[in-house]
Amino acid sequence: MTAAEVGLPARGPLPASLRRLVAWLQNPWGRARLLWVVALGYVIWALVPVAVAVLFSFNAGRSISVWQGFSTRWYAGDVNSVWQNPSLRTALVNTMRLAGLTVVIAVPLGVALAIALDRWRGRGSGASNFLMLFSFVTPELAIAIALFLFFAQLLTFVSLGLQAQLLGLSMFEIAYPTIVVRARLASIPRDYEEAAMDLGASPGQALRRVLLPMLAPAVFASAAIVFATTLDDFVIAQQVNLNASTQTIPILIYSSARVGPLPSLNALASLTLVLSTLVIGLAVLVYRRSTRGERRRGEGR
Amino acid sequence: MALAEPDPATADGPNQTVDGPDPGPDRPAWLPRWFWPLLAAPATVWLVLLFAAPFYVILCVAFGSLNPIFLTPLPQYDPFRWQFGTFLWVVRQIFTNGSVFQADFGHTLAYVAIATTGTLMIGYPVAYFISRHAGRFRLAFLAALLAPFWISYMMRMLAWISLLEPDGYVNRILAALHLTSSPPAWLDGRPVTVILGLVYGYAPYMILVLFGALARIDRSLLEAARDLGLGQARAFWRVTVPLTRQAIVAGCVIVSLPMFGDYFTQSLLAGTRNTAMVGNLIEEEIQSSLVVQGASLVIVMLVLLMMPMLYYTRSTARARQVLGT
Repeated sequence: MTAAEVGLPARGPLPASLRRLVAWLQNPWGRARLLWVVALGYVIWALVPVAVAVLFSFNAGRSISVWQGFSTRWYAGDVNSVWQNPSLRTALVNTMRLAGLTVVIAVPLGVALAIALDRWRGRGSGASNFLMLFSFVTPELAIAIALFLFFAQLLTFVSLGLQAQLLGLSMFEIAYPTIVVRARLASIPRDYEEAAMDLGASPGQALRRVLLPMLAPAVFASAAIVFATTLDDFVIAQQVNLNASTQTIPILIYSSARVGPLPSLNALASLTLVLSTLVIGLAVLVYRRSTRGERRRGEGR
Repeated sequence: MALAEPDPATADGPNQTVDGPDPGPDRPAWLPRWFWPLLAAPATVWLVLLFAAPFYVILCVAFGSLNPIFLTPLPQYDPFRWQFGTFLWVVRQIFTNGSVFQADFGHTLAYVAIATTGTLMIGYPVAYFISRHAGRFRLAFLAALLAPFWISYMMRMLAWISLLEPDGYVNRILAALHLTSSPPAWLDGRPVTVILGLVYGYAPYMILVLFGALARIDRSLLEAARDLGLGQARAFWRVTVPLTRQAIVAGCVIVSLPMFGDYFTQSLLAGTRNTAMVGNLIEEEIQSSLVVQGASLVIVMLVLLMMPMLYYTRSTARARQVLGT
């Protein structure tokens, strides 16, 4: 990278603008050509396989590696399409239900925990913070096996399948809203709630009418993250799974990917991809829109 | 964007007013003492019930016994009557040359070490490029970087399976370039394929952590290095790398922790005994009637990973304290 500079004339005589022009002519791609190649190469490596997988969901034949023409039969029309094959459809329905219910439980719990941890400096605060962070770093397999044994040995009234998956994931996903909302809380001064309470609002009212609206973008973003990560969750969902009637999309992909998979599997995966892209895209849009004013103010500073 | 946020230091870092050593009382006088604990209670109860309690059960299973007839575990809930026989047997197996346990631990250590190094080798230049040189393409690169986070892991592995099939595109490209006379069977238990899968799966996490640190480096430090006569290469090794040392460690911890518990990458891309990892071993034991051994292995794994786990938890907590939150 220093080569570009070595080729330059001595620093003194040329004016700065001319020197920059010479440098640009000598190396029109900037000084980081190799880095450009590496980064572009990485992006291609990261995304092209997925694009190929989506492409093969439109394959006319039964192969997921040899292209045989375009068709939408694996989405609907074929007996083994996502629409018609009962096990694919069940997996889709199970996954959506699990992800939706997990959002409903984990997001409120996580948001409340975030607010409390941000404000409360009592003795228990450190312990619950530690517990939350620890649930975040423990390898998921360990959590999943622990949950499986817990439900199989001790809490036998919880049936494996949707119930157990929901309980396990709603715990596992608490960390995301807590971390995201706390990051947002760090930028909201406490004066707003205190003003509300000085003006006669009860603590609960101040929370609901003042703080929560300000947190709304972060809450929405974390709901999207929880939804998308639950759609994708495999380890916990599989370990506490009951049978084929309660399997989710990742479990289905896992169990059939190596035993003669059909392009309908790619179609199912592509549908999840579209779904989570929509959810995340919507969240980003809402987040940007509702924090637009703040960012502008921040830039003006 | 949202996923970049868990790193607290990136959230409005410079604008943050750090409170003094004593942030004052945590509530106005008229706010009831129980208010904040009450708000924290539901999630804490949930975590105790579904995270802490299951780990107690796993201990009780590992240190319990087996029903001799049905071969089902008999958990021992009284810690004073725990038996450590199976657990110690498992630990001894790991140190017995030639045992399946030792082989799987060996595979795991080797794959995780190589794959973590690989994510770092790929991740650092990419993160460095995006933070310094991407210019007006920065947003596009960031979006491409975040994309793998909402693409299902299983789908990304499925994509590689179809590329690596005997008649897949990888072999066809190799054949077209005359690089190989006999197309290799990538999916028939090759360590290379497993490592490729791990690097592919976890590299985005590494890049995100490194990018967070690289983007935060104060440019004036680099200018000072330049002014003091350091060339670009030396400025990189003497200033940029030391400033991101913590992020390098954090990135390695963040990618290697889940890799240690990963079993699906191996079973999808290889699925043979000679590439099995600890996660596969644990899964096999839990699926068969060796639950007590499986539970013991989970405990061994957690003990081995305790240091990096604590490091990660503590460094996250410390970052918050610095921010005064």
